[in-house]
Amino acid sequence: MHFISPVLWQFLVNWLTHFALFPPEASGIAPYTDSLYFFLVLISLVGMTVVVLLVVLFSVLYRKERNPEATQIEGSTLLEATWTIIPLALFMVTFVWGALLYFRIYNPPTNAMNIYIVGKQWMWKAEHPGGQHEINALHVPVNRPVQLTMISQDVFHSFSIPAFRVKREVIPGRYSTVWFEATKVGSYHLFCTQYCGTLHSQMIGEIVVMSPEDYEKWTNGSTSGASLAQTGERLFASLGCSSCHSGNADAHGPSLAQVYGSKVQMANGSFATVDDAFLRDSILNPTMHQIAGYAPIMPTYQGQVSEEGLIDLVEYIKNLNSNYRVQQTLTTSQVQTTTPAAPAAGQGMVKQ
Amino acid sequence: MDSQAIATQPVHDAHEAHVHAPYLRHHFETVEQQREASSFGMWLFLLTEVMFFGGMFTAYLIYRNWYYPAFVVGSHQLSIVLGTINTAVLICSSFTMAMGVYSAEMKQRKALVGWLLATIVLGFVFLGIKADEYHEKWEKHHVPGLNFSIQEFTHPTNPEEKALPADMAQKTQVYFSLYFAMTGMHALHMVVGISILLVLVVRAWAGAYTQGHMTTIENFGLYWHFVDIVWIFLFPLLYLISRHQ
Amino acid sequence: MSTATILKLPPQETARLPKRSYLNNEYGLKSWLLTGDHKRIAILYLISITFFFFVGGAMAGLIRLELLTPQSDLMATDTYNKVFTMHGIIMVFLFLVPSVPAVIGNFVIPIMVGAKDLAFPKVNLLSWYLYLAGGAFTLAALILGGVDTGWTFTTPLSTHYLNTHVITAGLGIFVAGFSSIFTGLNFIVTIHRMRAPGMTWFRLPLFVWSNYAASILMVLGTPVLAITLVLVILERAIGIGVFDPSKGGDPLLFQHLFWFYSHPAVYIMILPGMGVISEVISTFSRKRVFGYTAVAFSSVAIAVFGFFVWAHHMFIMGVSNYSALVFSLLTMLVAVPSAIKIFNWAATLYKGSITFETPMLYSFGFMGLFTIGGLTGVFLGSLGMDIHLTETYFIVAHFHFVMVGGMLMAYLSGIHFWWPKMTGRMYPEGVSKLAALVTFIGFNLTFFPQFILGYLGMPRRYAAYPPEFQVLNILSTAGATVLGVGYLLPMIYMTWSLKYGKIAGSNPWQATGLEWQIQSPPLTENFIETPIVDHEAYDYEWLAHQTEHEVQTVG
Repeated sequence: MHFISPVLWQFLVNWLTHFALFPPEASGIAPYTDSLYFFLVLISLVGMTVVVLLVVLFSVLYRKERNPEATQIEGSTLLEATWTIIPLALFMVTFVWGALLYFRIYNPPTNAMNIYIVGKQWMWKAEHPGGQHEINALHVPVNRPVQLTMISQDVFHSFSIPAFRVKREVIPGRYSTVWFEATKVGSYHLFCTQYCGTLHSQMIGEIVVMSPEDYEKWTNGSTSGASLAQTGERLFASLGCSSCHSGNADAHGPSLAQVYGSKVQMANGSFATVDDAFLRDSILNPTMHQIAGYAPIMPTYQGQVSEEGLIDLVEYIKNLNSNYRVQQTLTTSQVQTTTPAAPAAGQGMVKQ
Repeated sequence: MDSQAIATQPVHDAHEAHVHAPYLRHHFETVEQQREASSFGMWLFLLTEVMFFGGMFTAYLIYRNWYYPAFVVGSHQLSIVLGTINTAVLICSSFTMAMGVYSAEMKQRKALVGWLLATIVLGFVFLGIKADEYHEKWEKHHVPGLNFSIQEFTHPTNPEEKALPADMAQKTQVYFSLYFAMTGMHALHMVVGISILLVLVVRAWAGAYTQGHMTTIENFGLYWHFVDIVWIFLFPLLYLISRHQ
Repeated sequence: MSTATILKLPPQETARLPKRSYLNNEYGLKSWLLTGDHKRIAILYLISITFFFFVGGAMAGLIRLELLTPQSDLMATDTYNKVFTMHGIIMVFLFLVPSVPAVIGNFVIPIMVGAKDLAFPKVNLLSWYLYLAGGAFTLAALILGGVDTGWTFTTPLSTHYLNTHVITAGLGIFVAGFSSIFTGLNFIVTIHRMRAPGMTWFRLPLFVWSNYAASILMVLGTPVLAITLVLVILERAIGIGVFDPSKGGDPLLFQHLFWFYSHPAVYIMILPGMGVISEVISTFSRKRVFGYTAVAFSSVAIAVFGFFVWAHHMFIMGVSNYSALVFSLLTMLVAVPSAIKIFNWAATLYKGSITFETPMLYSFGFMGLFTIGGLTGVFLGSLGMDIHLTETYFIVAHFHFVMVGGMLMAYLSGIHFWWPKMTGRMYPEGVSKLAALVTFIGFNLTFFPQFILGYLGMPRRYAAYPPEFQVLNILSTAGATVLGVGYLLPMIYMTWSLKYGKIAGSNPWQATGLEWQIQSPPLTENFIETPIVDHEAYDYEWLAHQTEHEVQTVG
């Protein structure tokens, strides 16, 4: 091969070995998405063939040399109805199929394990409930549904894993979720697909799908010592939340034990389900999440708790089964209510 | 004779063929067609204006629904007296404008100029009052972005006013953002309107609109009334939230 | 009217340029810059749009060059971001939106309806100046150091997180927007009020119908973009909080308002192009358009439905599931009128007498590429599929198939088709056929690999990408080179033809539209006598009759 320049040769080898035409199918959703994709490709091919065939056929049959005199035709309602109804029917099939797939992709199974994602210019931070923190990487176990609760600290980002065929916008100021179940061990691309500024194309990462044993090992090896809920508990105490949400009968705020997932009545009479977003918004905009029967006295924590801190608090409240520990902290924290360090406490807990 | 040859022949001038009103533009067949075209064009333009303000009204409706308490206290910061005076001023200016159109129709040159001048004066009165209101907002630190403080809403000076919790008080910024955007865009339309009026006055003095051709005055009247109507919507939406309580 | 000037159409070989025409009735720069003549304004637009097309095209070239290698090596990432932003802004707002309406529409619509000019010649001129001002602002943003928001101006990125010339670029689009509002307004009034006697709605050429539909979108949609940009500019300049989540605003509202214009905008771009195709296909198969009414109404249907599908740009942004369903359904419905058009055009060929001049070749290109573009639009409108495909190169490919493969092909088709009318001279047929072919091949090579890249998941707006995507990117860049040649060729031979082209004569294509019954280039007042229309559009029997006996309105 010495007649080919070695540089070019190197390029050729490189391309031929690293040449992708179809993304790996590595999640439970992927085959469903792909089958819809192939259905659509098929429709397109058929549609395309029909159009090209008609154009070519007519061009040959009715070219001027062969057919010097055109026959004027007004139109044909029947024919037009045909090519209105057939595409319409195909599009309706596509619509229904696509809608079913959409709900499959965005409605997580109840047993999904939850991981939190915070996007910021230009990195992804993953927070595992066990207290593992990652940047631009996400380790997940194979064959287990994983739900991601995501939020952006600054601008719109979008969390995309092509191999899993899932993607969701990560929005400032509100949680969005996505779920997947990885089916193949391996490492896959993670992209930010919503343009987010200068280093948009470097806001990428790696999804590492591990066998359950490896995942176990990884979890144990990379924990920071405190789980999110534990960090949240500390924060809960230092922000003074426990003084009102103590669960005592005379407490100013509602009890938070087992509140997650329940339906609560709001001050304006409507009902709301307590989910991650509800908890987060209640901390930041308590006035708009007034529970019936309580005075609107809760202050806002806007600007005092970072997104990671909020995640810790949400995770803590989520796992709060009884008020026992709240009341325990209450007795200890009363000693230190004078410390004005509360606002700062939210910072500085995200370290990998 | 071919098609090319014909062009070289002296073409009889279309303008000589019929007796034309001097204001009939060459590309219209009749005065009637010209008048219909311009007023149709004006209505279409007003339609685009509706869509222009419509974007802000949409935003207003959404946020008012979300942040109602903030909109209430924000609205209470506005002076209902000044707002009412301004409404009256604008309605009067619409009246003077309509009288202007009427005098153009009656071919009364001086009356037309007079009514247009009155409209200009009323327009300036409106803008003056608006400027005073803006100035007051600045003094009270109610200009989002440049000079804003939620002090007034968390600790109201007026004892009748309920204090807002800090998180809701923050949302008054949205109210004032919309207040400035909406009234600002409206005021901009007023400024444009007054500028056009100044030109119209000069031309009306020269007699341009009192010799049968008054489409310009009519169309400008439509514009002026439109700007007036926008204010008629803005006034209750911004000034009169929950005043009955 | 009197039965004046009874004339025969001249044989094309002996055609001479008319002594008097809109091009030579006045001379000097001033006579152009202050003209009220719709034809002269169309030429002004043609020149300025071509300029911006090549600026935008140069940006596209830079993008493709950068993407030749996986690393960001030709430009720093922020430079790349500025380049693709400029490419988007210039191509969308300064080329695609005004191209067919402002150049071709401006030139032929008044003639097609039998009027001497658009209803408001001064407004028409003003709209060109606004276009120039918008372009100047945009170029200023480019020269002062660029802007890197992407053409979508997503908040809060555009309002709080960038230090580039967002306000300048925003003002540019705002001003250019008014240019298109005025063009649309002028068209609507002209079509409603200026039609010649006998020119009923259903005798209008389909080009007029489709421009009418596009004008409605311009008039109703553009103001919403204008106010959205005003709010963005205010938010950036003084910090009001309508879209700022930290002040209680909602950035999703920006998305809604932006796409409320920008989705209909794609119909503003494509509809006039579809009008061109109707004219061209009919002319070169010497046959009336199959199902005139269906094609006419499908334009209006696209315009109407086009207003209610904007949220399909936001399926993964957290619109509620139910609104996602509704918007997906409506998106499917808006695809149907486009399908009707394609099949009606194909059926127009049936039993025609077809010749293959350059405009026809471009139109065939349009039909093929627009079909692919439209069908891949169905992929994206389908909720579940959209999740994987959106924000990847699939969407880039889809958009370019519709806009470049569709709209630009239609524009080139139209420019070739009406070139003899505009200039009085023919373009050189041989080389133009070659250019059409080169464009078609280059286009497919550029954008087809991007569908595959998209399904692989390559995100759009990336300056650097994983190495396994390189082969497809190299194909795409190679295609872009070919495509560039395909666009330069017409530029060269069209300019050449201004002086050396064959004299066209009034009706070189033997087409039926009123614009072909007058001299080329037309007189300033278009018609010597107001034409009286007594036949339907695309009535080739009437034309044959005319050719034999008389042409009443030849100047």
